[in-house]
Amino acid sequence: MITRFLKQLTVWKSIGIILLTAGAASTVLRFTQGLGASTNLSDEFPWGIWIGFDVLCGVGLAAGGFTLAALVYVFNLKRFEPIIRPTILTAFLGYILVTVGLMFDLGRPWAIWHAIIMWNPHSVMFEVAWCVMLYSTVLTLEFAPVVLEKFKMYKTMKILHSMSIPIIIVGVLLSTLHQSSLGTMYLIMPEKLYPLWYTPYLPVFFYVSAISVGCAMVILESFLSSRAFKRGLEMPLLMDVARLCVLMLCVLAVMRSLDLVDRQAVRLLFVPRMETYMFWLEVVVGILAPLVLLSRKKVRQNESGLFLSAVLVIIGFVMNRMNITITGMEGWAGKSYIPSLPEFSVTLGIVTLGFVSFYYIAKYFPVFTSEHDAKDPAAPQHPDHASLDGAHTTVRATVHDFR
Amino acid sequence: MIQKKAMLIDITMCIGCNACQKACKVQNHLSDVEEKKLSPTAYTALETFDKYPDVFVRRMCQHCEDPTCASVCPVGALTKTPEGPVVYAVDKCIGCRYCMQSCPFQVPRYDWTSINPRIYKCILCTDLVKQGLPTACSEACPTGATKFGNRDELLTEAYERMKAEPGKYVDKIYGQKEVGGTSILYLSGVPFEQLGFKTTLQTTPLPALTWNVLEKIPNVVAIGGTFLYGIWWITNRRDEVKQYEEQMKKNGQDHDH
Ligand code: SF4
Ligand code: SF4
Ligand code: SF4
Repeated sequence: MITRFLKQLTVWKSIGIILLTAGAASTVLRFTQGLGASTNLSDEFPWGIWIGFDVLCGVGLAAGGFTLAALVYVFNLKRFEPIIRPTILTAFLGYILVTVGLMFDLGRPWAIWHAIIMWNPHSVMFEVAWCVMLYSTVLTLEFAPVVLEKFKMYKTMKILHSMSIPIIIVGVLLSTLHQSSLGTMYLIMPEKLYPLWYTPYLPVFFYVSAISVGCAMVILESFLSSRAFKRGLEMPLLMDVARLCVLMLCVLAVMRSLDLVDRQAVRLLFVPRMETYMFWLEVVVGILAPLVLLSRKKVRQNESGLFLSAVLVIIGFVMNRMNITITGMEGWAGKSYIPSLPEFSVTLGIVTLGFVSFYYIAKYFPVFTSEHDAKDPAAPQHPDHASLDGAHTTVRATVHDFR
Repeated sequence: MIQKKAMLIDITMCIGCNACQKACKVQNHLSDVEEKKLSPTAYTALETFDKYPDVFVRRMCQHCEDPTCASVCPVGALTKTPEGPVVYAVDKCIGCRYCMQSCPFQVPRYDWTSINPRIYKCILCTDLVKQGLPTACSEACPTGATKFGNRDELLTEAYERMKAEPGKYVDKIYGQKEVGGTSILYLSGVPFEQLGFKTTLQTTPLPALTWNVLEKIPNVVAIGGTFLYGIWWITNRRDEVKQYEEQMKKNGQDHDH
C-alpha cells in the first residue's frame, strides 16, 4: 500500500502536498493568533500580499472567463467554444479562491455579510463586493451546465440555456465594473501611491490589463491541461487569443505612455530609486517583451514561444499589482513591508488549492467535452455529450420549422 | 443648524504635560500608561522632535469635514456626525482596513494582536459634544493650547492670534483647507512640514476622486448593456440569415427534383 502510494508520488504531487500542509499550518496561526502574529502588516502598512496578490491578482487572473464568454456568445466567435469550459472553470475557481483569501485578510471575516445589508454606495469596496458577489453567481450559472451534463439533467440545462445570453451579458458588465473598480480603489490615495502608478486612469488600466492577462491565462491553462491530460493543443485558437492579448498590450502601452507624458511624470522614469527600477522591470517583462514576442507570427506559431510570452504577461501583471499595493506605497508609509512566511504560505496554499481543484474537476466532469467531438466527428451524438450547443441547435431548428 | 464643533491646537502654547492623553484615557476607559504614539489605547499622543526640543505636536484624528475613511468604508462603520465628530460603529465593521489604508493622516489604529479586532481612533468625545459639552482633552489642557469651540469662531480666533503677534506663527492654519478642511486646526511657530505634517495634501475632499468614477456606473451599465446586446443581435442575426438562406436554397433544390 505504502509503496504504491510512494510510486504515485510525483514531484508535483509532493510539492503540492508540502504547500498545502504549510498553508494549513499558517491558517491555524492566522485564526488563533490574529493578523499580528501571522503577518508583517502594521498600522502604517495595513494591506499586504493577501490583498495585493490573493485579491487583486486573483480577480485579474480570472478575467479570461468574461473575455472568452463575450467572444463566444456575444461576438458569436463560435470557434473559441472548445476552450470556453476550462476558462469558465478557471474563473469560477479563481473567484472562490479570492473569497477564501479575503477571509484570511478581513479582521472580522464573520461579518462579511454586512456588505449585503449595510450599504455605503460611496465606497468603491462596497461596489466591488457587490459585483464580485453577483458575478460569482453568474459564474456558477455559466459553469452549471458542466455539472448538469454530468448528472444528465438535460431539462434544467435547457432552461439555463434559454437564459444564457442575458446571464452572459450581465457577467460581462459586472466584470467590467469590478475589474476597473479595483483600480478605482486606489484613486482616493493620490498622495500615497507613487506617481509612476497613480493616475486618474487607474480604472481603465486595470480593466485593459485584466483582459490581456485573461488571454494569457487562457493560453497558460491550455498548455498545462494539455500536459496533465495528455490532450492536443488548440494551437490556431490560442494564436488568435494571443493576438487579442497583443492588441490589449498595445492599447495599454500607448495609454500608459501618453498618461506619463500627460502628467509630466516622464522624468520620474530616470530617477535612481527603487520605484523606478520596479516600474521598468514591470513594463519590460509584462508589456514590452511579450509585445515584441507575440507580434511575430513565428513566435505565436511556436508552442514554447507562445507559452513563454503568456508567462511573461502574467508575471508582468502580477508585478504591476504588487507594485501598486506594495512598492508604490512604501515611500509614503515610511516603512518597508516584506510578507511574512505565513503570508507567503497561505498565498501559495491557495494557489495550490486552485490547481488541485481544477485538476480533479477537469478529470471527473465534462470540462473538455468538445475534444471528444473533435476527435471523433463521425460518431453519433451520444446523449452524454449533447453539449449546450446541441440544445442550441435544436432550439434554432424548431424556430425555423415554425417559419 | 448645528454649529460644527472643532478644536484649535496652538503648538506654541503646548508644554508637553500629556494631560490631554491622560484625560482621554480616562474618558474612553483606555489603559493609563503614557504612550508616545497613536495606538489602540492612545487616541492622542504627543510627538517630539530632536531638532526642536521644546516643540510638542498632538497627533489625533483630524475629523475631516468630508472624511476619506467614512467614504471608503464598505459597510458605513465610520460616519461624520452633524456636530463634527467622525465616529466608529464596531458592530458594523468587517475589518477590511480600507480606512487605515486611505486616511490621509494615517490615523486609524488596528488591534493586531486580537482575533476579534477593531479600529481605534479619537471620536472627538462625541457623547460629550452631543450634550453640548467640550471634549475631555481640551478641558484638561492647563495652558489652553487645545481649545474647543465652534469651527468658524476658532478660525477667526486663529487669525486674530496670528495678527496680534506677527512673526510668532508661520502663515498657515493647518487643517483649514487640507483635504477640504478638518475639525482639528493647528497653529505653529515652526514650518509644518518640519513637524511631520503632510503639507502637500490637496485642498479639495478626496472622496470626490472615487465618487466621480462611481457616479458613472449607471451609464456604463446602460450603454454597455445596450452595446453588448446589440452586438449579440447583429452577430447572431447574421447566422440566422445564413441558415435561413441555406434552408431556402435546399428547399428550392428539393422542389426542382
Ligand atoms: S483624519 Fe483620517 S480617520 Fe480622521 S476623519 Fe480624517 S480620514 Fe477619518
Ligand atoms: S476596517 Fe472597519 S471601519 Fe475600517 S473601512 Fe473596513 S469596515 Fe470600515
Ligand atoms: S477629543 Fe476626546 S477622544 Fe479625542 S483625543 Fe480628545 S479626549 Fe480623546
